[in-house]
Amino acid sequence: MQLDSPRYTLAFAAAVCVVCALLVAGSSVLLRDRQQANKLLYLQKNVLQATGLVAPGERLRDAEIVQLFDENIRPRLVELATGEYVQHPEVAPERYDQRRARADPARSRPAPPNLARVKRVPDVGLVYLVMRGGRATQVVIPIEGLGLYGTLYGFIALDRDLATVRGIAFYENRETPGLGGEVDNPNWRALWPGRKALGEDGSPRIRLVKGVAGPPEKNPYQVDALSGATITSNGVTRMLDFWLGEHGFGPYLARLRAQGGP
Amino acid sequence: MPAAGRTLAQATLTDPLIRNNPITLQMLGICSALAVTTRLDKALVMAVSLTCVAGLASLMVSLIRNATPAAIRIIVQLAIVSSLVIVVDQVLKAYLYEISLELSVFVGLIITNCIVLGRTEGFAMQNPPLLSFLDGVGNGLGYGLVLLAVGFVREFIGTGKVFGYTVLPSVYEGGWYVPNSMFLLAPAAFFIIAAMIWLLRTWYPEQQEEG
Repeated sequence: MQLDSPRYTLAFAAAVCVVCALLVAGSSVLLRDRQQANKLLYLQKNVLQATGLVAPGERLRDAEIVQLFDENIRPRLVELATGEYVQHPEVAPERYDQRRARADPARSRPAPPNLARVKRVPDVGLVYLVMRGGRATQVVIPIEGLGLYGTLYGFIALDRDLATVRGIAFYENRETPGLGGEVDNPNWRALWPGRKALGEDGSPRIRLVKGVAGPPEKNPYQVDALSGATITSNGVTRMLDFWLGEHGFGPYLARLRAQGGP
Repeated sequence: MPAAGRTLAQATLTDPLIRNNPITLQMLGICSALAVTTRLDKALVMAVSLTCVAGLASLMVSLIRNATPAAIRIIVQLAIVSSLVIVVDQVLKAYLYEISLELSVFVGLIITNCIVLGRTEGFAMQNPPLLSFLDGVGNGLGYGLVLLAVGFVREFIGTGKVFGYTVLPSVYEGGWYVPNSMFLLAPAAFFIIAAMIWLLRTWYPEQQEEG
């Protein structure tokens, strides 16, 4: 058969495609377990960073992250509507995936129209308690919402008073590196601790503002917005507004406040 | 042409390192050389990734070069290169997760890195597999060498660190060194690469072009 005949060309192209597809599919299947383990580890590291137990940029070995997380952090499942702790019939909190639950129509409900453009809310959310000597000292609330190019996923850690911020961390974003991507910048994240996410009445109040917000004592409800990233900054404000509010973890936070702490 | 006393294979591997470097002589792969050289660890991962892709792609293209219909040879090369890039990206996600979060965009762009396609089309299509493999690896290493040199200068002057470890304690951390952040911006890479080209062309006057 001739090298340039259409039939040979087609057959050759098909063979190349099959071999390439096998190569790509094979690598994906073989490495999937390791990749998912990495993802979980990165998530746990971000929870630790939000709580301040790990400084941003601190180098830790994988085993150290697992140990710190297991010793200090207790995941709990919360029914969003009532704010009560619940036991999942099948899944332990350690293995619960809130993002998967939110995508499952049987385990979530449509969100009311909101500025954060959250489409669905899971029935059961996953929070993390920081334990010190048998007492919970911080509550870590998961947050997510639209930025400029995609959804940002992260955590905000609140103190025992359920208003003061201990830290914030985003483990996934698709924002422009150097602009919206600066949500990962340690210097910006250092502006958060000490500010108040919720007002005296328990409703979300914190805002990202243009210009310079003063120190937390002077401007407790404001944080510097990211320069050159207005849409990302508004997204962060709105997602905090939603997830700390009545349709997110508001009822849970209100219940903890009523009982005098987590 | 190989210099006296070296085999063709040796010359194929080592020529692209300095004398026939893909970045400084052929001006290929400049775009990623600007993007991934703010820190040495990113530059190193990118250099290794590109070397793997360039070497393996050249090997595979060369293996099937006599059976490849001329009409579709470029798209065949591209299919091979892009499959290898996806594999490299998967490996990074499995073994260097946090670096992969920052590098994924650029690793994907290896597909369009002119060096890889330049070597498969320009060399591997006419040469036997082993030699093509060495040529791909050599060009990858030459690219990597420039990346590491630029990355070292940028990270060292821009932050006072090398591979993330503090060498000159910066004023932000209570030290004395005032980092020059201009070196973290893309234009700095242009200046550094231009300076390297200047030095190389002074060293090898035959590389100078007619003005």
